[in-house]
Amino acid sequence: MTAFVEFNGRTYDTDEEGYLANLSDWSPEIADYMAKLDDCDLGDAHWEVINFLRAYYQKYQIAPAVRVLTKAIGKKLGKDKGNSKYLYQLFPYGPAKQACKYAGLPKPTGCV
Amino acid sequence: MGAIKKFMYINRTAPYGSIYSLEGLEVALIGAAFDQDVSMAFVDDGVFQLKKGQDTSKSGMKNFSLAYSALGDYDITKLYVEKESLQARGLTVEDLMPLTYEDQDDDYQEKPSIRVVDSEQLADIIAEQDVLLNY
Repeated sequence: MTAFVEFNGRTYDTDEEGYLANLSDWSPEIADYMAKLDDCDLGDAHWEVINFLRAYYQKYQIAPAVRVLTKAIGKKLGKDKGNSKYLYQLFPYGPAKQACKYAGLPKPTGCV
Repeated sequence: MGAIKKFMYINRTAPYGSIYSLEGLEVALIGAAFDQDVSMAFVDDGVFQLKKGQDTSKSGMKNFSLAYSALGDYDITKLYVEKESLQARGLTVEDLMPLTYEDQDDDYQEKPSIRVVDSEQLADIIAEQDVLLNY
């Protein structure tokens, strides 16, 4: 099954859960748009996590599972951000799952 | 919670000739979520999976070797590499990626994840496992 998201007069292929099929299709604008479809307004705190995930993917070629993301964020941005409560407030559908979607990454490895 | 079991993923194939090694890596990463005692073994052409400086740009395949560096983050800290397999391919541990993990029980010190063992030692480690998965 193919799915897609329409944005600025173009269609972008996604998987059946709405994750962009091609990494190179991503832009900050499409991230904002995908978030709006979920009734989520991306603020600086969201972008901090999204940018962190994109850097993680760049380095390791995988989207981290939530447990790994939480630990890694804590190390990089401090304990007050590296905890489930903070991350779930930002991304109520699951920090790794939802943030990876807006970051244009595949669904996290280790996420079932 | 059930009892913790010892899971070992045995990797025997070269990284890009088939899907086995990528699948093996992904299953290990997914399995790591279940708080079991996970280790990986690399034997035969499987040792090539850990080789430094992999370049897949001309093959059009994703260079997933970078993901092995994330194994430590997933608490997979025991990567056994069979000495005889390295030797037969003219490789030493110096040719492999310097993979490390942070030891939570030792002030988060970085320690090497790769442990080179001979086939007899590996056989003993395999004999201790509860679950073996071959890729």
